[in-house]
Order: sequence, then C-alpha cells, then structure tokens
Amino acid sequence: MLGVIRHKTVRPTFSAFRHFSSSTKQMTVRDALNSALDEEMSADPKVFLMGEEVGEYQGAYKISKGLLEKYGPERVLDTPITEAGFTGIGVGAAYYGLKPVVEFMTFNFSMQAIDHIINSAAKSNYMSAGQISVPIVFRGPNGAAAGVGAQHSHCYASWYGSCPGLKVLAPYSSEDARGLLKAAIRDPDPVIFLENELLYGESFPVSAEVLDSSFCLPIGKAKIEREGKDVTITAFSKMVGYALKAAEILAKEGISAEVINLRSIRPLDRSTINASVRKTNRLVTVEEGFPQHGVGAEICTSVIEESFGYLDAPVERIAGADVPMPYAANLERLAVPQIEDIVRAAKRACHRSVPMAATA
Amino acid sequence: MALSRLCSSSSNIGSNFFKPFSSAFFTLNRPITSDTTTTLTIETSIPFTAHNTDPPSRSVTTSPSELLSFFRTMALMRRMEIAADSLYKAKLIRGFCHLYDGQEAVAVGMEAGTTKKDCIITAYRDHCTFLGRGGTLVEIYSELMGRRDGCSKGKGGSMHFYKKDSGFYGGHGIVGAQVPLGCGLAFGQKYLKDESVTFALYGDGAANQGQLFEALNIAALWDLPAILVCENNHYGMGTAEWRAAKSPAYYKRGDYVPGLKVDGMDVLAVKQACIFAKEHALKNGPLILEMDTYRYHGHSMSDPGSTYRTRDEISGVRQERDPIERVRKLLLSHDIATEKELKDTEKEVRKEVDEAIAKAKESPVPDPSDLFTNVYVKGYGVEAYGADRKEVRVTLP
Repeated sequence: MLGVIRHKTVRPTFSAFRHFSSSTKQMTVRDALNSALDEEMSADPKVFLMGEEVGEYQGAYKISKGLLEKYGPERVLDTPITEAGFTGIGVGAAYYGLKPVVEFMTFNFSMQAIDHIINSAAKSNYMSAGQISVPIVFRGPNGAAAGVGAQHSHCYASWYGSCPGLKVLAPYSSEDARGLLKAAIRDPDPVIFLENELLYGESFPVSAEVLDSSFCLPIGKAKIEREGKDVTITAFSKMVGYALKAAEILAKEGISAEVINLRSIRPLDRSTINASVRKTNRLVTVEEGFPQHGVGAEICTSVIEESFGYLDAPVERIAGADVPMPYAANLERLAVPQIEDIVRAAKRACHRSVPMAATA
Repeated sequence: MALSRLCSSSSNIGSNFFKPFSSAFFTLNRPITSDTTTTLTIETSIPFTAHNTDPPSRSVTTSPSELLSFFRTMALMRRMEIAADSLYKAKLIRGFCHLYDGQEAVAVGMEAGTTKKDCIITAYRDHCTFLGRGGTLVEIYSELMGRRDGCSKGKGGSMHFYKKDSGFYGGHGIVGAQVPLGCGLAFGQKYLKDESVTFALYGDGAANQGQLFEALNIAALWDLPAILVCENNHYGMGTAEWRAAKSPAYYKRGDYVPGLKVDGMDVLAVKQACIFAKEHALKNGPLILEMDTYRYHGHSMSDPGSTYRTRDEISGVRQERDPIERVRKLLLSHDIATEKELKDTEKEVRKEVDEAIAKAKESPVPDPSDLFTNVYVKGYGVEAYGADRKEVRVTLP
C-alpha cells in the first residue's frame, strides 16, 4: 500500500477532503494513464499516439488498451522498431501543428532517438525564435524494473533534466499520472514523461476532482506528500513510496520527516524544496538513478546556493549504486535504494546514527 | 512595357527590374508577345532516369516570364552566396556558413513545381531555399551576422532559417535528421487532409544515414506524401560519393520506393520532376528524387573545396553545366532578352544584395534579455540562470 497512509492533519490541499468522503475510488496508475490519454484524445483531434505495440497489442504494458478500437488506426499508430525514424516523424508532425504522444517501450530505447528529442525538439523553439514550437510528449517506463538487467534499467531523469527547452515530469501516484499526463499533452513544449513499470499496477485513491476530465496538475510544482519538521526527504517516481515508508519508520523513532514528491524534474520546484529545508534544516535526496550528475546533486546544490545558512547537517544523497544494473536478485537489491537506506541517511542527517557520547 | 508586365507578374523580387530601360525597350522592336500566357515547350538537357516508375516527359512547359524569373532568382541567389563569402572572410559571419552556389536550379525549380502550402525541409545549406520560399535578403544577412532583424532574430545562425508561414521548416544542423522530420510533416499533411506534400532535401553524404531508411519505410507503409530529394553534389564534405557509398545510385536506394534521377543543373528538369513527384506522392506515397548537382564552394567556409577535387573539375562544371548560363542561353536563343538586358539584371541583383547587406549591418544585435526568450512557449514563470546564477537570474514568461 503506497502513499495512502497520511498524517491526519488538516492540510490546505484538496486531498484533505478525502478523509471526510465515505467512498474513495481506487485507480491503478495504468488506468490513470489510459484514462488521461483517452480523455485528451477525445478532447483534441490533433492528439495522436504512436509507438511500438500501442495499437493492436493494446500497449506493451497495456497503457493504451482500447484506444485503437476507439480512435482508429489513424490516431493510434503501431510503429516498426525504429526509434530514430519514428521519433523524427513524431517531431516533424509536431512542427506541422499536430500533438503527438510518442511512446518508448522503455526510455532505454530513447537513446536511439535522443538526437531528435534534444536537437530537433528541445531546441527548435529557441533556434527559430518562436516560429517552430514542438507540442510533443515522449512517454514510457523509465529506470529500474525487476530483473531486466543493465541495458533495460537506466534512469534518464538527469539526462533529460539538464536540457533547456525540455520539460521533464515524473509521476508517482495515479493522481500524478492523470494530472501530469494531461498537463503534458496540453503543454505547447516538448515534455519527457517518465513513468515506472513497477508502479503501473499500483492502486491509489483518486477523488472526484482527479477523475474529472478537466483535471490537470501544474507543471513545475512539487507536492508535499507528508508534512514533517525534522528532515526533508525529496524523491520522485517509485522512490516516493519508499520515502513515505521510511517516514513512517522514522516517525516511530521520533523523527518527523517531510516527504516531497518532486513530480517535475525540469522545471525543478526549487522554492518548495528550499522552503521545506528552511523549515527542517536537513535534507536527504532520493533517486533510483546513478548518483553522479544526478537529480540529487542538483537539489543539493540548489539548497546550498539558496539556503546554506539553514542547513544543520550536510545534505545526504541516496541513489542507485554506481554500477550497471546486475541481474542476480541479491545484487539487484544492492544496486537500488532500499527503505532502510533512506532511514539510515535521514538519521545521519539528524545526527542520530552514532551515539552522541562516542567522543568522550 | 510588355516585358515589364511579364516580369512583375512572375517575380516578387523583380519590382525594380525594368524601370531603368523600359524606355529603351520601345526602340528595340522585339518579336515577343505581349500577353503573359505564352507557353514555351523546352526539352530538358537529358531524359529522366526512372526506378520503379515511368519517367515524366522531358518536354517541359514554361513561359518567357517564367524563364526570366528563373534567371533573375538564380542570379540573385548566386550573388547572395558570393557576398556571404566576403562577409565571412571579413569575420562578420561567424561559425558555420555552407554556400549553395552552383545548386541554385534545385531551389528555383522546386519553387516552380510547388506551392507555399507544400512543405520544404532541408539541412544546413539553406540560404537559397529560404530565399526561394519567400525569405528576404535583409532577413538572411541579418541572421548570418547575428542581428535582431534576422529571420531567427539572430539566435539561429546560418543553419537555422525557418519560414513556417510559407512551409519552410528549416534549416537543420544534424546530418540526416531533417528526413524523418520531413516525413513527419508529410504525416501531418495527410492527417489534416491538406492535399499538400513535403519535400525533404538531403545530400549524398546524408543518403547513407540509417534514420533515412527508417523514415522511408514508415512513409511507404503509411502512404505519406513525402518526397525525398537527394541533392547529390557528389561530395559529402570532403569525401567523394564513391568513397562513402557502395551504391551511389541514390534514386534507387528506396528499393520498393520509386525514384527519379534528374539533372539538377537544369531548372526546367527540376521543375518537371517536382510536379511529377507531387502528383505521385499525393496518390501513391513516397518517392525519391536524385538531383545531380554541384557546389562550387567547399563544404563550408572552412573548406577550400580543392583538396579533394581538382580545380579543372570545378571549372569544367562551371563551363559545361552552370544552371544560370543554361537559362541565359535559352533566353537568348528564344529571343526573350538580349545579352545587355541580362547583364543589367545581374547588375541590378548585385545592387540589391549590396543594399540588403548595408541595411542588415545597421540592424542591432539582439538585446541581452533575448538570451532567455523562446526557451519555452509557456514558461510558467520558472527561473533560468546565466553563467553566474547569483548574478543573472530571470523568470521565463
């Protein structure tokens, strides 16, 4: 059960009302994405979906189930296994004014098309001084799955997050998936939408507001999933669930952790992160991807630049191990962050990992 | 006077063309018809070579006014590129500058065979293509010199000219990338039922790129109205085609996709091929055109162009196949213009270019705040930083 248990404090967000409604609907991330695609395709005839197996196969992960039947082969297009070619075609269609959603079966395969993402999509509006805008969404599972090995487990959040001209989103819950995908499709700029294969089957409660077809989340705004006062933990995608579990464990030991679900890698919500750190004075960044030049490194630097005086401890960084992803289950477990890693880092940030009397 | 009417109807560049000697014309008693509907039928230099299709006829319908506009436009393009060479050497143009002189017939013939609803996308040798699509000299020179009045407001440079309102989608620096993009434009045209086509231009160097075949496969599968045009100038930067391609018959590279080989130095052949291609693409999907052409300059201004080619070869092409000379001979042999009139046209064009350069030089450089404009269409008020984040910090609109 991820992300459902919350402090029973009244927070000035819509989700507070959830506690008072008698029946909350549960929705899987898969269904959230499917419904978002469905609604946006219904609302705007220029939106179309292309990728491998998105049509007749109903989607490699069934995200696009039912869409071919509903919208026809002109709007749901099965492509050959040629990422460079079909991504370029998608970007060209966006130049012409259509609104493509290009699915990568995993973002590992986006490397075959990365020239089109960066050079043909991200930079065009700038190079043309506004003449050629690129309203395209590139979506698909990102990062580690389970037992898929080194070539299929890379996280691209920091790769795309460093590129001006792109927007990079990473949903966690079903609410995130719906709201951010709708925002991405409506957005006039190229958006990288990093999903997570292991989250597709997870269920989250969704309110009536979230289920409404006009629901949309803002791009560039993080969400405080759990309020706290002792340490800030930032995370995105699957790691939000781990961070929330870590926060529960920490709570039992008297440490109140504030968990921030980044939602948006680029633009990064520096103001929410910094405001939180100014409150808690301690920071742990969590990501599944490789640490060097990663998302945590950027968050750490941002906090040092803007809130140095507020830090009571060095920033702690939890990330994937600095190795290509191994296959063996025990090694794989060591290569990605676990809940206990987050707990340990939070305790270090709170000076609780070593007894205080050690240096007598 | 008849001649001036002919020209003003055909060329939007030639407004000042005939003013100096329209009075002289009356004394010449030329046997030219005064209506603008005269057609001429002229044979292309060589027949078309076809692959998996029937070639179009080598008899091309044209008119005196069209031929005159061909001459003027190509002369303008030629002069424009040569003047750019001087500006580059004077360090007013920086970075990349890939010149098109020698290849003018492709850009001009393509315009004659298409409308502005059709799309053209090309690589970095794009100055003349942009001009053909309706760009102005001032926009071109301002952009090359990095000024505010440039077509990309000085932020693109030589390789990034765009004119979306007349179907010109750039201007691309990555070799081969423009071909899938062009197939994407064609996808858009088909999706929106616009009854128009896209011409995606690439060089003999780019013809070996994998993404080209990926895009062509999809274009053929989905019946996209995409025409792939290989501007074969026989050298991919410094590498001759026979050193880069096992099979330099680029018009055949589509295998199941039909192809046509065209004399790219003959503007009428290019026009005919483009008309044929457009009709084909709207009905039957993609087609490859190979334009056999030549560039007089090196690959770019950093390349003298003579280390991998002999000067004899270059001057040989100039003598035998120059596209402007070909049209000049046609104009003279059909009594459409005199030698003096054509020379005067060239002088006019030179003056036009000089004036545009002078005007472009007056254009100011972009405002420093332009560093941060157009990063996004919708910036949501996010912050962006300069080199020193504590010093330069802006909010994106």
